[in-house]
Amino acid sequence: MKAIRLAIVMVVLFGLGYPLAMTGVSQVLFPKQANGSIVYNDKGKAVGSELIGQSFTNSKYFHGRISSIHYDAASSGTPNYAPSNQEMIKRTEQAAKEWLAKNPEKSIGDIPLDLITNSGSGLDPDISPAAARFQIPAVSKATGVSVQKLEQLVKKHTEGRVLGIFGDPHVNVLALNMDLQKWMLSKGK
Amino acid sequence: MGNAVLQFLIVILLLIIIAIPLSKYLYLAFAKEKTKLDRFFFPFEKIIYRIAGIKNVEETNWKKYVLSLIASNIALIGISYLILRFQQFLPLNPAKIGNMEQTLTFNTVISFMTNTNLQDYSGETGLSILSQMIFVTMMMFTSAATGLAVGITIMRALSTKGKLIGNFYQDYVRANVRVLLPLSVIVTLLLVGLGVPQTLDAGTTVTTLAGKVQNIALGPVASLEAIKHIGTNGGGFFGVNSAHPFENPNVLTNIIEILSMWSITAALPLTYGRMVKSKKQGWIIFGTMFAVLIVMLGIVYQSEQTGNAALNKLGFSHEQGSMEGKEARFGIAQSSLFTAVTTAATTGTVNSMHDTLTPIGGLVPLTLMMFNNIFGGDGVGFVNMLMYAILAVFLAGLMVGRTPEFLGRKIEPKEMKLIVIALLIHPLLILGPSAIAFLTHLGTDAISNPGFHGITQVIYQYASSAANNGSGFEGLGDNTPFWNISAGIVMLLGRYLSIIAMLAVASSLMKKQPVPETIGTFRTDNVTFGVILIGTVLIVGALTFFPVLVLGPIAEFLTIR
Repeated sequence: MKAIRLAIVMVVLFGLGYPLAMTGVSQVLFPKQANGSIVYNDKGKAVGSELIGQSFTNSKYFHGRISSIHYDAASSGTPNYAPSNQEMIKRTEQAAKEWLAKNPEKSIGDIPLDLITNSGSGLDPDISPAAARFQIPAVSKATGVSVQKLEQLVKKHTEGRVLGIFGDPHVNVLALNMDLQKWMLSKGK
Repeated sequence: MGNAVLQFLIVILLLIIIAIPLSKYLYLAFAKEKTKLDRFFFPFEKIIYRIAGIKNVEETNWKKYVLSLIASNIALIGISYLILRFQQFLPLNPAKIGNMEQTLTFNTVISFMTNTNLQDYSGETGLSILSQMIFVTMMMFTSAATGLAVGITIMRALSTKGKLIGNFYQDYVRANVRVLLPLSVIVTLLLVGLGVPQTLDAGTTVTTLAGKVQNIALGPVASLEAIKHIGTNGGGFFGVNSAHPFENPNVLTNIIEILSMWSITAALPLTYGRMVKSKKQGWIIFGTMFAVLIVMLGIVYQSEQTGNAALNKLGFSHEQGSMEGKEARFGIAQSSLFTAVTTAATTGTVNSMHDTLTPIGGLVPLTLMMFNNIFGGDGVGFVNMLMYAILAVFLAGLMVGRTPEFLGRKIEPKEMKLIVIALLIHPLLILGPSAIAFLTHLGTDAISNPGFHGITQVIYQYASSAANNGSGFEGLGDNTPFWNISAGIVMLLGRYLSIIAMLAVASSLMKKQPVPETIGTFRTDNVTFGVILIGTVLIVGALTFFPVLVLGPIAEFLTIR
């Protein structure tokens, strides 16, 4: 009996009290983050979350990493391919072939590996700076934006290691594409 | 390489800076005598005792202690089972999630009660917002508090003499109120500030830049995330756990999560040192755990950084290391550190997909779960290491032909029998069910990766269940009655048998008349003992599991080399 009553106390205290109080405090202190770091365009419309990747298939955009769930953020996941799995090797080779078709002057060893591998979450918002730079010639061709301007944009959106030490440098694909689109609009392209 | 080492060193330094004061705090929080913490927390605890109808918190013998522990856990299991089976009809279910299936509920409830957090469901589609709060978040507190209570009680028994081991309800309530809750509040706010959502909405819909509709799942993530790590639980709000950008948005949250799951379990050996009035005893155990962890971390980092041999052979770039199943923001260093710590501390949260690790990289989390004592889960990890420490003393005693003593108490057949049972149950629970799974289609049909890797997938599942870790080689199709039930049973036995056996050992040692220390006493507070302890862990672990490691990861390594 004691045990059941104690369990009910725990449900109320840690199942309701704690998360609800934390929700209240978080909504007041950090409203943006607490609601998913949603980003808006100039018209005030929500276009995504800065933390969640999006599917870009058009050559006019920089592309993100491979996602077996096509960046469906109502779920998350990967195919969990083992390093020895032939399906994974086939998929990686196929992705490499597509990138090389757009960049005939490059060879297989030039493709940054993060660009042709599935992320852990299937929602990875970032790519490596090398993967962004690799896409510049193709994006430039499709958009008509100069290579220099694109290099400048990639550099602007490259987040380095925290304090110069922690993590890996990365580029947020959505932020980069939004900036690119804005620049193109301002130039009337 | 240089940068990775620097990242590791700074995180380790931060851990030590946190663990030392935390060990003192834990000592005070559970002290028998009145401390200054009582003034602050006791009024709050008194209310809990009153509502629960707990009239006194007098010390009991070990059997009563175990009974209270089991009663409290059974009550939680019952309530949780009802919550999941009827979540469809309960409030706060904006995404209209249905009731959970029977065998999946069995597995899930046991998984959370045993601090395992193996998840055969996916959070986005399997649980309502209310279930994420009153089941997942609640269980993360209570299961961790149960483990912590056991750990502290066993330490206390080794530092005193008598028959009464403590009061379970008091230890359990204190663990929740004095330790887990304050730490969780702090970590929640840090995480929200750094980008982890905390809302009662189940999601939002946006139109992407490319003009497509994207539904984004949300929820009270941060409050769950905090206790998930602090309580060495590991069950994610979302399917992919801490690889999800909402659970772990950047490298700072990654480090906070690593330190959260590591701090209590690293502080406990030092708390033990304080309790037995010899800080050196604590540091030797801490050092032993640390030495093994560093080696394992080195192996996983090196293997992942070298990349997948199968791709390297085909001419792909290996500059970035093996990026399949990893997140760009973490890279190899932060992914490796997370992988090593989550399986050492048997949390089971993941920031990269362990199924996609290179063969030798995947061997590391598997081995750490097989050891189950390199830091280990809150409370129970220390208890497992203590078991090995007593075994080490016993072996050393056999070699020199003396009656072994531990902290001045004679180790006799009764204790050794219990310890051997607790030791053997772990490999039995991993290898036995794995053998059954390999023999039937019910088991082998779940394997998603062909070849030797499939063997590793099965072994990993039961190792994770037996060690109450909860991470998985997630390609395994484990949401079937066979897997739900078999893993559920393994988790139950893996948790409670060793807890009961070790409480019995502690109580038995507590009753013994301490023998005075002489020049011939085998000391447990010096480096020699540390080395013997490492040897015992490695030999017992390696001898038991080496054959199956050869069949799984090592064979895979050799085939794609």
